[in-house]
Amino acid sequence: MDGSLFMILAALLLVVVMLTAALAALLSESHLVAVVSLSILSLGLTLLFVLLRAPDVAMTEGVVGVGLSSLIFALALKRLRLYRSSTPAESCDE
Amino acid sequence: MSRSSRSMEWTPLLFSGGLAFFLFALFAVIPFGDTAMKVGTMIHQQGGELGAANLVTAVVLGYRGLDTLGELAILFAAATSAGLVLSNTRQRTRSIKNKGLGELFESAISLLMPLLLLVGVYIVLHGHLTPGGGFQGGVVIAVALFLPTLARGEMVINHHLIQWIEGGAGALFILIGVAALIQGAAFLQPLMAAGEVGRFLSAGTLPVLYLLVGLKVGAELAALLGHLVEDDEPGVQQ
Amino acid sequence: MLAAILYVGAVSLLVIGLAGMLLSSHLFRMLLGLVIAEAGANLLLVLAGYRWESAAPIWESGAYPQLMVDPVPQAMVLTAIVIGVGIQALAIALLVRIRQQTGSLQRDIVREQLEQDLDLELGVKLPSSMHAPSGEGPLLSGTRGAGNEQ
Repeated sequence: MDGSLFMILAALLLVVVMLTAALAALLSESHLVAVVSLSILSLGLTLLFVLLRAPDVAMTEGVVGVGLSSLIFALALKRLRLYRSSTPAESCDE
Repeated sequence: MSRSSRSMEWTPLLFSGGLAFFLFALFAVIPFGDTAMKVGTMIHQQGGELGAANLVTAVVLGYRGLDTLGELAILFAAATSAGLVLSNTRQRTRSIKNKGLGELFESAISLLMPLLLLVGVYIVLHGHLTPGGGFQGGVVIAVALFLPTLARGEMVINHHLIQWIEGGAGALFILIGVAALIQGAAFLQPLMAAGEVGRFLSAGTLPVLYLLVGLKVGAELAALLGHLVEDDEPGVQQ
Repeated sequence: MLAAILYVGAVSLLVIGLAGMLLSSHLFRMLLGLVIAEAGANLLLVLAGYRWESAAPIWESGAYPQLMVDPVPQAMVLTAIVIGVGIQALAIALLVRIRQQTGSLQRDIVREQLEQDLDLELGVKLPSSMHAPSGEGPLLSGTRGAGNEQ
């Protein structure tokens, strides 16, 4: 099954999704969008770990990366007052 | 100190590109899918001696138990210092001001929370049999304990109780390791008979150790989430 | 083919995260870059233990599988992920304090404030101060060592 077309296509799809999410996390205007993109990246990574026969790691990444990390980042957004202000607009603090 | 940030941006890009090139060149020569590591092969051949059906658990708690202890120490240090930094603020009004999520979420969460706790405990207790274990289950337990805070907007986490659970779990983990030392084995070497692989009561002290890891991780992360949700500043323009 | 896709993905994640950390002008985005780089490194480690046509390292119907992936990198990644979330929480706590101290999370503003605080601490006359220096704070003593590098 390894090296089959299904596996290659699945890996390609997941890698593309993950790289897109990574770029979106760094380049998007809104911080909320960035955090959600990071969560999507973790989800792609989880599925990739399942493909790579690492169920333990997939479980950890799913629980920690998709769940807890997003929760921590969401609380941080609230606490850092970053919900609305995008990256360029925050310079009005000056 | 140069203020010309325009020209400075080339250096990080050059560095990243160089690192990417180096890594690609490195992994082009390493054969993929044909790992040459002898440790994995050795553990495969005699992994049954610990009696853990899940070999990753055997590695985490049996062969690399000391590393796991160090990892717990790192997590403890990170969570404690984060809690210290967050709670030691100038304004001493530590209250949560969000109003909660409303009736619907409240009842849904009160239904969901026991189920989540059950799933977490299940994952922790079956760590030596199936994928999962103390770390994953501990995170699930922490999130389950945090859900009522999210719903009602008030702290239900008892910080003192959590500190006791955390400290007790860590101390017991070390005590089990020392018990192995007293019996003449290596530190943290699994005690008791391995038993029949695949049974719930097997693998000696590994399930106990994983239960302690789960308690410790769950308590630490729940306390951390509690610290993070405490909103202490009406608006920090100074 | 599969190897190329996976390695390109992992290394790209690592490098994208690193470049994001170095280039972004907002401290929160730097933290996101760190998390992305971490994901890439974890994927790289799991790839190192992969084996063709193998099964997960779990007892199945009476025996361990004949061919299985290496459990050691998986155990390392498992702990690395959990450590990662602890580091992330600590970084967020520090960000909260930085925002309290300097009122901003823009890298340039924060750096300027820190430099002014350091200069004030060392008794250097400022050539021209754009911002009023903020008062004494616990941040001052904490950053004394880090600011000496220039």
